[in-house]
Amino acid sequence: MPKRTNQEWLAELKSPEHNQAGLSAHNQALVDLRALLVRGLGYAVANRYHVPEADLEDFAQEALLKILDGLDTFRGESLFTTWANKIAINVAFSELRRLRWKDVSLQDLVAPYEDSGDFTPEVLTDSSPSPEQRMNQRMMIEKVQEIINEELTDRQRTAMIAVMMEGMPIREVARRMGSNRNALYKLLHDARSHLKARMQLEGISPQKVLAAFE
Amino acid sequence: MMKLEPAMLKKMVHAVITTRPDELTCDECFGEIDRFVEMELAGKNAAEAMPLVEDHLQRCHDCHEEFEALLAVLKALHAEE
Repeated sequence: MPKRTNQEWLAELKSPEHNQAGLSAHNQALVDLRALLVRGLGYAVANRYHVPEADLEDFAQEALLKILDGLDTFRGESLFTTWANKIAINVAFSELRRLRWKDVSLQDLVAPYEDSGDFTPEVLTDSSPSPEQRMNQRMMIEKVQEIINEELTDRQRTAMIAVMMEGMPIREVARRMGSNRNALYKLLHDARSHLKARMQLEGISPQKVLAAFE
Repeated sequence: MMKLEPAMLKKMVHAVITTRPDELTCDECFGEIDRFVEMELAGKNAAEAMPLVEDHLQRCHDCHEEFEALLAVLKALHAEE
């Protein structure tokens, strides 16, 4: 594949000039970029996801359309090929995450975190800390639980459990909540900000909470 | 009522302590990540030059996964040349 500058990539990928040379440069750029994306995706998924070659080509094709559609948003702050590869990775990983989590409902994820009333934190059954330490730990847990219950909405709690505790991808949580990745990140950020403010208001030093469990 | 195990409490408290008002969203991080990765590859301290991107990568598993993948791709493609 010939080395192209960013300007050459853009010129060749944008609407081709209506002559034979222009058309053939355009088609060659498409072929080269698609091949580059397929190769890149092969490296991107290695050790992460098991993906058949045909799927990599589908992802590359989908990414190619997105790239062509978004050529005007390329700011030229990196190599064009770096920018194109990041889009392809995002397209592929979003789909692979969707498939990996497709059978998991938010309800199932959150259920184990619902307190049935007879919950004893594992720390209280652990014999290693002193009674005083255990009392301290229990108080910390109860206080933080109280703050979470009072400060966060159901949606915030659910999102926090799914993303932070269970590692569900943000976009997957967002999809199930009828939201999008950006809005869900903001929802989580708001939740953390509320908790931080309330802890400061109550004079609970987070460092002290963490130290109690050292 | 939400049930808290100590490990979960620690994780949550850590995320809460480090919360800052100027965090990037995933889309904003995505907008910068190609430049960030190229700086890393050039041996420059990208985390210091772009602290908000670094902060987002530390707290967002999905963006971090894509960052690592992009880094791996560029390294592998360079090695091919």
